[in-house]
Amino acid sequence: MKRNWLISAVIIIIAGGLLTFGYTTRQKNSDVNITAVGSTALQPLVEAAGEEFANNNLGVHVNVQGGGTGTGLAQVQTGAVDLGNSDMFAGEKDGINPKKLVDHRVSVVGIAPMINKQANVKQLTQKQLIDIFTKKITNWREVGGTDMPIVLVNRAAGSGTRATFEKWGLQGAKSASAQEQDSSGMVRSIVSSTPGAISYASFAYLDDSVVAPTLDGVAATNKNVINGDWPIWSYEHIYTNGQPTGKVKEFLSYIDSKRIQQTLVPQLGYISIHDMQVERNEAGKLSKVN
Amino acid sequence: MLNPKQSDKLASIMLYSIAGFVILVLAALVGYILVQGVPHLSWHFLTSPSSAFTAGGGIGVQLFNSFYLLIITMIISFPIALGAGIYLHEYANQKNQFIRLTRTAIEILSSLPSVVVGLFGFLLFVVQFKLGFSILSGAIALTFFNLPLLTRSVEDSLRSIPDLQREAGAALGLSRWETVGHIILPAAVPSIVTGVVLSAGRVFGEAAALIYTAGQSAPALDFGDWNPFNTASPLNIMRPAETLAVHIWKVNSEGIMPDAAAVSAGASAVLIIAVLLFNFLARFLSSVLYKHLTATK
Amino acid sequence: MDLIRESLLKKSKASKKDQFGRVLTFSALLLIVIVVVSIFWFVASKGLATFFSNKVNLWDFLSGKNWAPGQTDAHGKPLTGALPMITGSFLVTFLAALIATPFAIGTAVFMTEISPKRGAKILGPVTELLVGIPSVVYGFIGLSVIVPTLRFLFGGSGFGILAGAMVLFVMILPTVTSMTVDTLKSVPRHYRESALALGATRWQTIYKVILRSATPGILTAVVFGMARAFGEALAVQMVIGNASLMPKDLTSPASTLTSILTQGIGNTVMGSLENNVLWSLALILLLMSLVFNIIIRAIAKKGAI
Repeated sequence: MKRNWLISAVIIIIAGGLLTFGYTTRQKNSDVNITAVGSTALQPLVEAAGEEFANNNLGVHVNVQGGGTGTGLAQVQTGAVDLGNSDMFAGEKDGINPKKLVDHRVSVVGIAPMINKQANVKQLTQKQLIDIFTKKITNWREVGGTDMPIVLVNRAAGSGTRATFEKWGLQGAKSASAQEQDSSGMVRSIVSSTPGAISYASFAYLDDSVVAPTLDGVAATNKNVINGDWPIWSYEHIYTNGQPTGKVKEFLSYIDSKRIQQTLVPQLGYISIHDMQVERNEAGKLSKVN
Repeated sequence: MLNPKQSDKLASIMLYSIAGFVILVLAALVGYILVQGVPHLSWHFLTSPSSAFTAGGGIGVQLFNSFYLLIITMIISFPIALGAGIYLHEYANQKNQFIRLTRTAIEILSSLPSVVVGLFGFLLFVVQFKLGFSILSGAIALTFFNLPLLTRSVEDSLRSIPDLQREAGAALGLSRWETVGHIILPAAVPSIVTGVVLSAGRVFGEAAALIYTAGQSAPALDFGDWNPFNTASPLNIMRPAETLAVHIWKVNSEGIMPDAAAVSAGASAVLIIAVLLFNFLARFLSSVLYKHLTATK
Repeated sequence: MDLIRESLLKKSKASKKDQFGRVLTFSALLLIVIVVVSIFWFVASKGLATFFSNKVNLWDFLSGKNWAPGQTDAHGKPLTGALPMITGSFLVTFLAALIATPFAIGTAVFMTEISPKRGAKILGPVTELLVGIPSVVYGFIGLSVIVPTLRFLFGGSGFGILAGAMVLFVMILPTVTSMTVDTLKSVPRHYRESALALGATRWQTIYKVILRSATPGILTAVVFGMARAFGEALAVQMVIGNASLMPKDLTSPASTLTSILTQGIGNTVMGSLENNVLWSLALILLLMSLVFNIIIRAIAKKGAI
């Protein structure tokens, strides 16, 4: 009995001693933590930029989490996090008061419909696209493909990709209720494996396993987004609660810098905000950039 | 009509084939994952940090995070579950309305979808208590998820000890607490350990509860720095930590690295191997402890 | 005399320790209760906000067939019909239980009555292993094996209630099996001996004596498995297709409460209607697990008499 007490006392003292030692010898630089939450699509970019930023600024840590656009905007609005990553304008999201938030556009993302190969359709008009997603056209034969029923696959309601696609691809029409998937990767693998499936994803996810049709003769390429010919694209936003200051401001201008915009942004399949020849405001009005 | 002998035969065949089928299902499951994943495993894969969008990333940090988070979770949840289990089985009046209500509560907690637990943890710990996306927040959320299972298994272990032992303790003039401490618990240790290790397997594979609490980013760690108060130290409990299961989920859903499928298959294989190891460990430990504590040869 | 009197009246050291242990363990239990109550309160307050602050009609919510909380119908009311999800949840759960029950009983009987040795050596570890496989991995396998197989067999996309039920079947099988094994083990030995003494074959003993006396326990195990299935999220979400439509058949995309909840929660803003209705779904889940619990209680009570 006595020995047990002794042993546990010794263990506690040693553990306590180690902790105190650790506490007194910890690195005492005043750490700055920048926390970003929101869109999973934007997460890799901010994460990679944050890592480089932290390497150049000792004692700064950039902590990037996903959680979805809704979570990001809600949390930056309440001030729980520093940056809210979003796929859409804050004003487009229900329950968000955009007046308090400051918008920082960091890149542009193009979104394209993608079709299963067996449908054998390589071009569509926007009218056809709308009819397909509102179930007025239900067989690929009607748009010049094989005789095969059309299987709609949507992104989850409320996702930024879906909102952008419905606003610009379907000209505001709402897609019919259909199968929904949580993520772009899943959507692509479903489209590539399900005969007759159609869905949509950002350019970064397009590959040989699916067909990205031309829309009214315009191909889904970065070039066509840049000159404004391809209609379905959106900005990637980082929102701050009020004007940013200090390290947060430095970080945002770092993302906007040539270094990030010309290396990381294209690597991740985004289009640099500086390359754009057109600009679009929240109401959707397109204007030329000089 | 079949005579009893024939139907007996038939039933035996049926039962054998059902049992065989279940084994087959498991073998197929495990085999499929291993065949898909093992070819991608390498020392490099197991030790290097992950990469966001280029090929060749590993799961080193995630692997460490998974184990560390598991240990912290167990440190928090085991004492609570042990206490609650002991109270429920040794002290509580089973007819008591409050105790019944408690049992129902525990059952409900165990069938709650883990995403709800995760969001609760997010709003309360990450935002309200300002713990941030951290191992600590994740461990508390996992504790909620783990408590009902663990409490239940502790209680079951205690139930499996015959009342004879309790009566023997009472006859020796020991108080209930002493009986529990010196007689019941040592006898129950093997099955408690099994329960703990098996629940560890579940905690290890949990993803939904962690997405909003421990976070989905894994900052690079400095494995030379073991001071728990430094930010880059592996032991720091206030740093965000993506675990293996969360990584699989993330890679499957939003991964844009060219080798996403390989990473996900490899990580799944590692996860399964870890759970297998937990199982063997549970069996081994419980048999060793059983021999040790009950003096059976 | 006084010394003896005092020592007799004073609480002994052992009894003080006992009191200490009692308080210690009770506070652990209390902690769990507090956790449950706070989660319950949290979900309820958010879930009920749909009806109190957003003024959604409870009946419309439970019986409506249109789910698109962001949009409004002709009367300007939001489309919050949760019936498709409720139906989907019940269908997958019952279907999974329906497939799992014979397998679970068969395996359990094999483990306890036919071949206890092999049961303990092989099947025991196997079922425990199945419990330990993470649900992400189940979903991954469902997606890469079950869905294509169903697509091949029945056409369509392969996603749907049947795929969800198949995945859940494998997931709840170990739980139901191990609980059934416990019940079968608790059937007194003299039941078996008496049956054999009457000249019954092994199968007759199993079928007419053991399974009969274990029925309440087996039912409990099945309901328990159903409760598990009802609350499972990630794996089901990956294979069911998540279409908030009334299920027409078993192989077209449908949805469950958990799949819509998990999918939508990150994309909605805390405090908005879209978010609140999701918490209402969570509240239904919570209430359902309460119902499953009450059923288990009732069965146990009936079995005890």
